[in-house]
Amino acid sequence: MLKYILKRLLLVFVVVLGVTVVTFSAMHLAPGDPAEMIAVARYGEDLTQEEIEWVRATEGLDAPVYIQYLGWLEHVLRLDLGKSLITYEDVLGEILTRIPATLVLAISSLILSLLIALPAGIISAIRKNTIVDNACMTGALLGVSMPNFWLGLLLIWLFALSLGLLPSFGYGSIKHLILPTITLGPSMSAITTRPTRSSMLDVLNQDYIVTAKAKGLDERTILLKHALKNAMLPVITFVGLQLGFLLGGAVIVETIFAWPGIGRLLVDSIYARDFALIQGCVLFIAVIFALANLAVDVLYAYLDPRIRYEKK
Amino acid sequence: MTLLRIEDLRVYFNARGRIVKANDGVDLEIEETEILGLIGETGCGKSILGRAIMGLLSENVEIGGRIIYKGENLLELCEARMRQIRGKEIGMMLQNPSTSLNPVLTVGEQIAEVYRYHEGVGKEEAKKKAADMLKLVGMDPKRMDEYPHQFSGGMKQRVMIAIGLALNPRILIADEPTTGLDSSMKKQILDLMSGLIKSRDVSMLLITHDLEVAKGVCNRIAVMYAGELLEIAPAEKLLSEPKHPYTQDLLDSLPRMGLNPIPGESPSLSSPPAGCRFHPRCRCRSDKCSEKHPDMIGIEAETYVRCFLYKNDKSKG
Ligand SMILES: Nc1ncnc2c1ncn2[C@@H]1O[C@H](COP(=O)(O)OP(=O)(O)OP(=O)(O)O)[C@@H](O)[C@H]1O
Ligand SMILES: [Mg+2]
Repeated sequence: MLKYILKRLLLVFVVVLGVTVVTFSAMHLAPGDPAEMIAVARYGEDLTQEEIEWVRATEGLDAPVYIQYLGWLEHVLRLDLGKSLITYEDVLGEILTRIPATLVLAISSLILSLLIALPAGIISAIRKNTIVDNACMTGALLGVSMPNFWLGLLLIWLFALSLGLLPSFGYGSIKHLILPTITLGPSMSAITTRPTRSSMLDVLNQDYIVTAKAKGLDERTILLKHALKNAMLPVITFVGLQLGFLLGGAVIVETIFAWPGIGRLLVDSIYARDFALIQGCVLFIAVIFALANLAVDVLYAYLDPRIRYEKK
Repeated sequence: MTLLRIEDLRVYFNARGRIVKANDGVDLEIEETEILGLIGETGCGKSILGRAIMGLLSENVEIGGRIIYKGENLLELCEARMRQIRGKEIGMMLQNPSTSLNPVLTVGEQIAEVYRYHEGVGKEEAKKKAADMLKLVGMDPKRMDEYPHQFSGGMKQRVMIAIGLALNPRILIADEPTTGLDSSMKKQILDLMSGLIKSRDVSMLLITHDLEVAKGVCNRIAVMYAGELLEIAPAEKLLSEPKHPYTQDLLDSLPRMGLNPIPGESPSLSSPPAGCRFHPRCRCRSDKCSEKHPDMIGIEAETYVRCFLYKNDKSKG
């Protein structure tokens, strides 16, 4: 098991290294002269060529690209993501201050989504092709097709503007958490309901379920003990991916609700053309994503004895 | 004494508009402490018969006839009563042990839960009983905390036997208990099963398409073809003087007899041939065979056959 985790960890490292190459080259291959963009971002449009050259020299942008990359990578490996080009704040520090907000929102929406998706998926599977099933599946379809920004704005309009019950934006109390969570949770649950249902249906058709029935066990035991754990295995992959997305910052929702998380930071840094901050955010999000995947694999191995023992 | 009596059992699946007659008018009795073999080509409806007895068929199915056990018609019992019968009165081992054990539960738990559920005993007690059961089927009870994938095919089959017999049922339905096992393992499993069954006075319905298997252990053998029974007879009699041309061909197709596969294909269960279902492949057919459907008739003591070659007014009714 330990060897298995170490192997996966090595893979995470390789993935992240790949991501650094991609982010770095994306930044430098993008049209436009980075030195000029930085200078514009800092000092405004009104620039002379000398000023641009000065920025180029101080930021090390005159060296060959691979030297720049290696220099940057060296810093990254020492957990130094550089300083914001605009505020001169430490990029890693900036990201770390945004983590709590993203984490809170991620966890609350994930919990809400699972509270909806798992029962809905399981019930639709058991009551296949009944009204209940159709209702759940229609709900899921609606949830998937409803864009987050639209639902978010609708909720703001209803609960904040019309009814005045909840704050429309900001961060800091449970009340602030409600609307973003309701925007994210149900739409995520819409994604998980369908795989939960099909996985459950698949499991309920397995021979070992017939064996369980042939033992005379009741439906509850068969569902909760014999079917659920097996049915959850493929669903975990979906949930892990979603968690990865959320921890990388739910960009749209964080923007709509002015939620001070990673996603918002990324959007702001893009608007400000703050290359260092963009690079830092993208890298951070990639690492989180890879780690979430690792967590899924480990959980998978924990739940499925076939993998657990094979990889011992 | 008859323990279980199946009367005119019909199992019709509705498969996208087509009616699949998986069992079509099956009459069969399981006597006390006998081993009854049920043989026939693949897809003829053997497993469906087993599942019908257990009340474990899918929803898209229509079931007719009666299955009488201890004075009750199993087909009319409510689910709650049926649950008391499953496992406790009638046990079942499914066709494929490697898919029939739950991959995420330990084998010990898969046996022990039966005791907790049906007998209401505590965790420790149930575990002890499960260990005893494993010992009984020739396994090391120390391995009870292992998962199914850690066992070989023969071992898994032993676990299935332990589950099937855990509550000491009156009847054990064993569906192809030896498929996928090599011949020495086959013999071990069969010996184990018939030994346990005899010592515990259990009757067994042994479903197989392997005549060699049926031969060694069965008291009586029923031959199934395209959803209906063609012949029922005591085992030695059926093997030494098979009556129905299909049974004769089936015996000829044994490897020992030189492997003469029966020409033609098994008929479709949704539109079986008119008249005798076997007639298109039969060596002895006459015009009558394609026109009239033969009844099952008793021709000798305990011997029944569904074929116009035989005459007897002692209809089985
Ligand atoms: N749910 C279902 N819907 C439609 N047809 C079905 C269904 N289940 C089984 N059948 C059909 O019933 C027939 C009998 O199946 P059964 O499993 O009893 O065969 P079998 O005699 O056990 O064969 P084998 O030796 O391969 O196990 C098959 O032809 C199968 O196609
Ligand atoms: Mg079968």
